[in-house]
Amino acid sequence: MGNKQTIFTDEQLDAYQDCTFFTRKEILRLHSRYHELAPHLVPMDYTNDPDCKLPLALIVNMPELNENPFRNRIVESFSEDGMGNLSFNEFVDMFSVLSEMAPRELKAIYAFKIYDFNVDNYLCKEDLVKTLNRLTKEELTPEEVVLVCEKAIEEADLDGDNKLSYADFENMITRAPDFLSTFHIRI
Amino acid sequence: MPRKKDTDDINIEMDADESESDDGGNNKRTNNRRQGAGRGGARGRGRGKKPASEDEDEDDEDEAPKGRRGANKKKPVKKRGGRNAKDDDDSEDEAPKKGRKGAANKKKGGKAQDSDDDDSDAGKGKKGKRGGKKGGKDEEDSKGKKGDAKGKDKGKDKDNDNDKKKKKKKDDSSDSDSNTNSEEEESMSEGEMARLMEEVEEKKKLIATIRNKPWRMKRRLVHLKEAQEFVDKFEGALGKGKGRKWYAYKVMMKKKWIKFSRDFENFRTACIPWERKIKEVESHFGSSVASYFIFLRWMYGMNLVLFGFTFGLVVIPEVLMGLPYGSIPRKTVPRVDQHSAQDYSVLMDFQGYCKYSIMFYGYYNNQRTIGLLKFRLPLSYLMVGIGTFGYSLMVVIRTMAKNADVGGGDGDEGEFTFAWKMFTSWDYLIGNSETADNKYASITTSFKESIVDEQENQKDENIHLRRFLRVLANLMIVCSLGGSGYLIYFVVKRSQEFANRDDLSWYEKNELELIMSLLGLVCPPLFETIAELEDYHPRIALKWQLGRIFALFLGNLYTFLFALFDEVNNKLEQEGSIRNASLWAMKEYYANYTLFLNDSSLTPPPMPPADVIRGPCWETAVGIEFVKLTVSDIQVSYLTILIGDFARAVIVRFLNYCWCWDLEAGFPSYGEFDISGNVLGLVFNQGMIWMGAFYAPGLVGINVLRLLSSMYYQCWAVMATNVPHERVFKASKSNNFYMGLLLLILFLSLLPVVYTIMTLPPSFDCGPFSGKPKMFDVIMETIDLDLPAFLGTLFSYAANPGLIIPAVLLMVLAIYYLNSVSEAYQNANMELKKKMQMARDEEKNRRNNTDSTNQVMKDLEDLLPRGSLMAPPEPEKPPEPESRLTKTKPGSAGKGVNLQKDVALASPNPNARGPVNRSPGPRGAGPGQGPGRGQGPGPGRGQGPGPGRGQGPGRGQGPGGPGPGRGRGRGPPPR
Repeated sequence: MGNKQTIFTDEQLDAYQDCTFFTRKEILRLHSRYHELAPHLVPMDYTNDPDCKLPLALIVNMPELNENPFRNRIVESFSEDGMGNLSFNEFVDMFSVLSEMAPRELKAIYAFKIYDFNVDNYLCKEDLVKTLNRLTKEELTPEEVVLVCEKAIEEADLDGDNKLSYADFENMITRAPDFLSTFHIRI
Repeated sequence: MPRKKDTDDINIEMDADESESDDGGNNKRTNNRRQGAGRGGARGRGRGKKPASEDEDEDDEDEAPKGRRGANKKKPVKKRGGRNAKDDDDSEDEAPKKGRKGAANKKKGGKAQDSDDDDSDAGKGKKGKRGGKKGGKDEEDSKGKKGDAKGKDKGKDKDNDNDKKKKKKKDDSSDSDSNTNSEEEESMSEGEMARLMEEVEEKKKLIATIRNKPWRMKRRLVHLKEAQEFVDKFEGALGKGKGRKWYAYKVMMKKKWIKFSRDFENFRTACIPWERKIKEVESHFGSSVASYFIFLRWMYGMNLVLFGFTFGLVVIPEVLMGLPYGSIPRKTVPRVDQHSAQDYSVLMDFQGYCKYSIMFYGYYNNQRTIGLLKFRLPLSYLMVGIGTFGYSLMVVIRTMAKNADVGGGDGDEGEFTFAWKMFTSWDYLIGNSETADNKYASITTSFKESIVDEQENQKDENIHLRRFLRVLANLMIVCSLGGSGYLIYFVVKRSQEFANRDDLSWYEKNELELIMSLLGLVCPPLFETIAELEDYHPRIALKWQLGRIFALFLGNLYTFLFALFDEVNNKLEQEGSIRNASLWAMKEYYANYTLFLNDSSLTPPPMPPADVIRGPCWETAVGIEFVKLTVSDIQVSYLTILIGDFARAVIVRFLNYCWCWDLEAGFPSYGEFDISGNVLGLVFNQGMIWMGAFYAPGLVGINVLRLLSSMYYQCWAVMATNVPHERVFKASKSNNFYMGLLLLILFLSLLPVVYTIMTLPPSFDCGPFSGKPKMFDVIMETIDLDLPAFLGTLFSYAANPGLIIPAVLLMVLAIYYLNSVSEAYQNANMELKKKMQMARDEEKNRRNNTDSTNQVMKDLEDLLPRGSLMAPPEPEKPPEPESRLTKTKPGSAGKGVNLQKDVALASPNPNARGPVNRSPGPRGAGPGQGPGRGQGPGPGRGQGPGPGRGQGPGRGQGPGGPGPGRGRGRGPPPR
């Protein structure tokens, strides 16, 4: 109990518990993970809300994210500045959304953000091509990529604007059988 | 102000005391919280009164500019947790205070009624404090719940809150009823109270659901703080926050349960053997190759069960309780063979010691019961033989049914194949680079599979040419199958002729085998080449290929069985003469024995068991044939892999450095995994096992070893030496085609075994059934000797043809009935699928009704304006301009369109709207609704002309011009 007190106040821990899907232990572990990423930058004492952000390059190297083809996008979409600099709040937020407990709707929103490479609130063909190339390590021929992207849009596009809005995406993803089981990270 | 502060002080202290006395077990945190809450409540009561409108203002503010306020708010809040927090009361910013005051005011109103007689500040404070405390406690509760619960708990929370709310309201109302006299002028109206309650509830809900909001953490924290404060302030005397521990317990159990089920799931998948191996193969070679390995694994499982039966009920009892080796003739190697019985070559041919071992039928004794347990070995032997088939049939059919249940269609996964693949196929849990590489490969493969499917769908070809080519290909294949069939028949006949002659050349001796292996070598590639003509999807092509090679191999089976039966017949004849001879010898012996010793007791001749004359024992011979065949099959297939794949891969890989052309990309290249050959090999091998298991119980054990080793060996070979197919294709979800082949083979192998059991007499001097005219007499014997007599008569009745024929009829009827039922279900399924598709189209249509995707609807729309032909019932002209008007609307009046869309979304069924529309008068909401409907025609027409027309008159009653109609159309929403 003693060392916990030094990192967060109880109030803070409670607030974090209310705002995330983590228990107090997990939050403390998250902090220690965050701290490990850059021991000289991140203070051990978070009681007075230090303003400290870690750059994308550091966070992406966590083993949980290291193999993920969308790691940069994940971190970017959770960072407030869009550049991938994460404060501890955002860091916790990221893993909370990706945790097992988070509901499908919440995950869908962030999945949409992650796959929206050019941040225009639509998944257009360009985004899909990028997604596909990351998923397959560019093993598909360009024609195949075009075919797949066109098919994907055709399948999910309900309003006929040739790109996927969030409504389209949500409609598609809520029916996907594996979405919940694959879109989560254990930490 | 100072006075109020005093009361605050008092309140706090009292609160602290009470909280300690209440439940000291709670930790500091809760204390703090409670204090805060109590203080809040008390202070609120003591403070000023503001109109409720301010509250609302504050609320609105809450919603929007939270981020702004968050920064300075956090600190005060944090500090307030302390005991003497009242000091920074004044430092708090104004807005929340205001709100608090206002709300407190209301609360006070409520409370004032509560406190019936005394108006003293202290008393009130106490009460308020208590209320506040309870509030705080509740708050804690809900928080605790939230702390770990998932979305589900949210609902519960809400319910709880609602309950509380109700309770509170009831309290309030009853109180106010009983004491209406006190402080009327300060109290709030019921309505305001209710609104406040609602706000509190809302805030609570917000707290409960805040983790589900897609906000940034900072914003979430701020909102949380505000909501908590709000609730702390205004939560009055609510229901007791009972069961906090219970909740904690429940939450804990839930977490434990999740963890347990996850572990259990992991454990279960870990229990499935070779799952990872197969996944790995699948990720590189596609599901079609993996389907072979899955099939192999399934076979292994089935054979393991068969192995268990055979060894548990036949072999092990015999080993443990039967007579040992050398005790009787059938368990001893004959004297003639003893010198060579241990030679390697003899053992490899399964002669010598091998032949007289538990592996084969002949070794088993015909003693009715063996050992202390009186184990009925012959009966058990027969039962296991029949049970093997029974179990196999059952398992195969059950698996087929289950697969049909799961799979159904070939490859169509529904509407979002590609989209799902793209967005849900990456497993975010992967943290290992090797796994990640596999995942990349598997995703790529699965995309390729889907692309192949898709291309197949998109292919638009000359259908007549294709059909012609397919017919041609089938013709050619039928011709070649017929040709090879005749060739086999011819060769078998010739070999029968040759069998009687001695002057045979080497070729003539081995003609049959040569022809068979030649056919097996030439035909499959030939079929594959011919199949190119057909240009089927690879998955379907594989099925055809399998079917054709299967037909070819049936010839193999035919010749094999033919040869076997010849041999058996020969042996039977031979046995007959030996039996006569030995009987005669025995008779002589006994005659002499009684002659010389005058002793009629029958002592067997004092002959060592190795010297006894014995028959050929055709059952063991058959068993040896099957075992030999199986073993040579194993050797051949392993050698093929070693040479055909591994050596080739090594050569291609290393000779490539010093060769004139590119070996890897050019001619020899690496081998592809031969799915059809391997599957058929497995299926036919299983057929051999089924046929041979009765005569060689050890065969099942050999097969289990074979499958086990082949799993590892082939997995390694495929990963190390093969390349994926050019067109990686998805296997059909059910392995039912393989299963179908297996079932066919099972049936085919059932026939000869049952035939031999039922008709051929068992050998007189070997095996568990020796001495009986037929093998199944064992059952008769058991019925007669071991079961009560009435059961015997019962069985004899049951075997009566008069009973059997109706039973067969009944079964046929049942099959017919079930068949028609399943057909009906299939139809219903199709119907439902169609409906789903339609619903989806409809949805698409509705979302973009500017551009209807359904061509028919479009045409209808086109017809509409000049559609007097189409719709005779149209009474007036007005519809015409109107429809034109609705057509222009989308372009011109944005709001109109929006509204129109909304209406369409709200009530998609235009028919439902039609009738209401005709009588706007009776319904009170005339002005509001009428126009709203009036705008309807647009979407309505999208659905069909009927309703659109129906609305015509309704509009006619309206003011007429489009202007007013639209103007009023905007009215409804606020209402």
